[in-house]
Amino acid sequence: MKMKSLIALALSSAFIATPAAADLVIPDLSYRTGPYAAGGTPFSDGYQDYFKLLNKRDGGIGGEQIRIIECETGFNTEKGVECYESTKGEGALVYQPLSTGMTYQLIPKATADGIPLFTMGYGRTSAENGAVFRNVFNFPVNYWDGASIAVKYLKDQHGGSLEGKKITLLYHNSGYGKEPIPTLEALAAKHGFKFKAIAVDHPGQEQKSQWLQIRRERPDNVLMWGWGVMNQVAIQEAANINYPMENFMGVWWSGAEIDVLPAGGASNGYKALNFSPIKDYPVLEEIKAMGDLTGDGSNVGSVIYNRGMLAAMLTSEAIAKAQEIHGVSEISAPQLRDGLEALSVTEARLVELGMGGISPEFSVSCQNHGGAGQAIVQQWDADAKVWKALTDYISSDQDVIAPLVKSDSEAYAAENKIEAGC
Amino acid sequence: MLYRESGDFKTSYKADNQTFPIAFDRYRYWVVLAVAYLVIPFVITDYWASAILVPFLIYSIAAIGLNILAGYCGQVSLGTGGFMAVGAYACYKLMTAFPEVNILIHIVLSGGVTALVGAAFGLPSLRIKGFYLAVATLAAQFFLVWLFNKVPWFFNYSASGQISAPEREFLGVAVTGPNTSAWASYLVCLVFVTACAIIARNLTRGSLGRQWMSIRDMDIAAEIIGVNPLRAKLSAFAISSFFIGISGALFFAVYLGAIEVGEAFGINKSLLVLFMVIIGGLGSIFGSFAGAAFLVCLPVILKLIGVDLLGWPTDLVAHLQLVLIGFLIMFFLIKEPHGLAQLWNVIKEKLRLWPFPH
Repeated sequence: MKMKSLIALALSSAFIATPAAADLVIPDLSYRTGPYAAGGTPFSDGYQDYFKLLNKRDGGIGGEQIRIIECETGFNTEKGVECYESTKGEGALVYQPLSTGMTYQLIPKATADGIPLFTMGYGRTSAENGAVFRNVFNFPVNYWDGASIAVKYLKDQHGGSLEGKKITLLYHNSGYGKEPIPTLEALAAKHGFKFKAIAVDHPGQEQKSQWLQIRRERPDNVLMWGWGVMNQVAIQEAANINYPMENFMGVWWSGAEIDVLPAGGASNGYKALNFSPIKDYPVLEEIKAMGDLTGDGSNVGSVIYNRGMLAAMLTSEAIAKAQEIHGVSEISAPQLRDGLEALSVTEARLVELGMGGISPEFSVSCQNHGGAGQAIVQQWDADAKVWKALTDYISSDQDVIAPLVKSDSEAYAAENKIEAGC
Repeated sequence: MLYRESGDFKTSYKADNQTFPIAFDRYRYWVVLAVAYLVIPFVITDYWASAILVPFLIYSIAAIGLNILAGYCGQVSLGTGGFMAVGAYACYKLMTAFPEVNILIHIVLSGGVTALVGAAFGLPSLRIKGFYLAVATLAAQFFLVWLFNKVPWFFNYSASGQISAPEREFLGVAVTGPNTSAWASYLVCLVFVTACAIIARNLTRGSLGRQWMSIRDMDIAAEIIGVNPLRAKLSAFAISSFFIGISGALFFAVYLGAIEVGEAFGINKSLLVLFMVIIGGLGSIFGSFAGAAFLVCLPVILKLIGVDLLGWPTDLVAHLQLVLIGFLIMFFLIKEPHGLAQLWNVIKEKLRLWPFPH
């Protein structure tokens, strides 16, 4: 008897979800609720606002309107699966789940369905090997690059040598947080520093014991791979044990305004990596002038908002590229894959788009889906309440990363019987 | 009118004790099975399977498992998520260690492994009960999740600590991995659900089930009349964990395909399955299905109505869902503490007399 009501339900859902015709469909798997909403909301705002701007200003891309389908995942893989399945049938072109867990889940599924997955600065690092991961793109930078850039920067800070230094990684106990550990272990062997990883369990509101451990061991530097509420708590706890903020550095997902503001003046000097620096981009003015902003509009110009905007911009550039390659304006998901693979980002084009300097220059190829592998280091100024760029784009240490990518992607290919392409 | 019972005589004890003694119930049971096996596999789409039917079937198994422990034997457990994780990781280790062995055998074996773990964590139930036992099983929940995060052997030393199900076939049809068709994953789950429900139903009305229920109703009296509490309680833990392990293995291998233990099998999962059992009805197999259907379908229906039909913001609908589920749990606990199953029984009793009530 339960089954009958289920069928009725499923039937009604099939009627409701009738596909609309002839649009460029971009699903936005966002999370505006739960412990990760602090990061999910601005990203989704930026992602949607830029597409809205294109619709309004340019009439879409190549004359085709963009239709966003937002689906709330709450950073939960089960809801992510529901969102993926419910939007896939509408002709979804590309997925940007903003969750490493969901990315791992979607890599085989999206590959089987021929839909590209654009995991900008997160997800599975070894997906930068495009020969194995044909449908997955993680440019412009990935976690292993991030670990290497952080170590490179710290090496400079310590006068060119990390011999005998203690570096601790505070990580979110998930696929996301664990990603940099093998790289940092390899780098520790290379540079001779002592590496220790300390896990923080989801959602990360309780970190007393971790910081007690840090207080006892007094590492020279603490790196953080955190997200959502974990960032705010970690910075507050660091302030509580008087850990020097300038020795504390987060990855790009742990370096937004929302992460440092709750600790007030105590967070002054906290550092973070970033690949979409804060600047006065002219395009932000256009977005503000557009009215009808996604969300409450308060996030425009913040770190994560800019990154969502960058993701939308790279996607729209790839759509334009795909339209150019295939000579049709109404492209399909596999055609967009070709567009993503042929994407090339130059400073001249960025300036033209009103966002000069928002991304390092890079070009994607069949072998390399990983892009530039560059990021800057920025520092929080609590008085002015702004992130200040400390460095220019720093490149990662490919000597260490390339072999790791090779072995991990080859293991994946062997496990799933994938023939390397290109 | 619906239940025409006149002339439906029972002439043997066997007929009198069958699962569906009323003819109408029996026919409906066969119709449901026929639709589930012969109709749905031909019309199912990816969305139906992944969003509604497969999770419903898998959660039904978990709810049946927990219902055996909490509903029939009266031992409250908050370790369901942890036991599901045992099933998932056992399945993963077996799948990768013995790729040539059939996946369905692995899923059953994962249930067996979970049964052993469950029985071990059931040992404290011999000394403590009620809230104190709930806390002990909560420890199992946290310990197991911590273990699968901490020891790299469980996730085959992968860099991210995730496990993902490789492709496995049954009779030449992929049942795990990305190329599985919707009907295949649905049918695998359906077969397990049917088997589990029949086994559970027959266990609970046999001597073992009666022992569990006597322990639940009053353990000292049960001991006096000759029920061995050690055997009854540990068997309840083992059999309950067996079902939960199967559901965990299916959850990982057939439904999600890739799992992060803290996220997929956290305390939220334990509470979700517990809510299913409470809303569905403690001590009822039908209640397990009703509770699972309710909690799987409700968010999807809310989303369909709120977002797709009314065009409300997605975050508003997500928050509304939390409010509504919380409200419904309170409502059921106050108005119908025996859950949807009891609600259904009341309706059925009325229908049997309708249209000529006394």
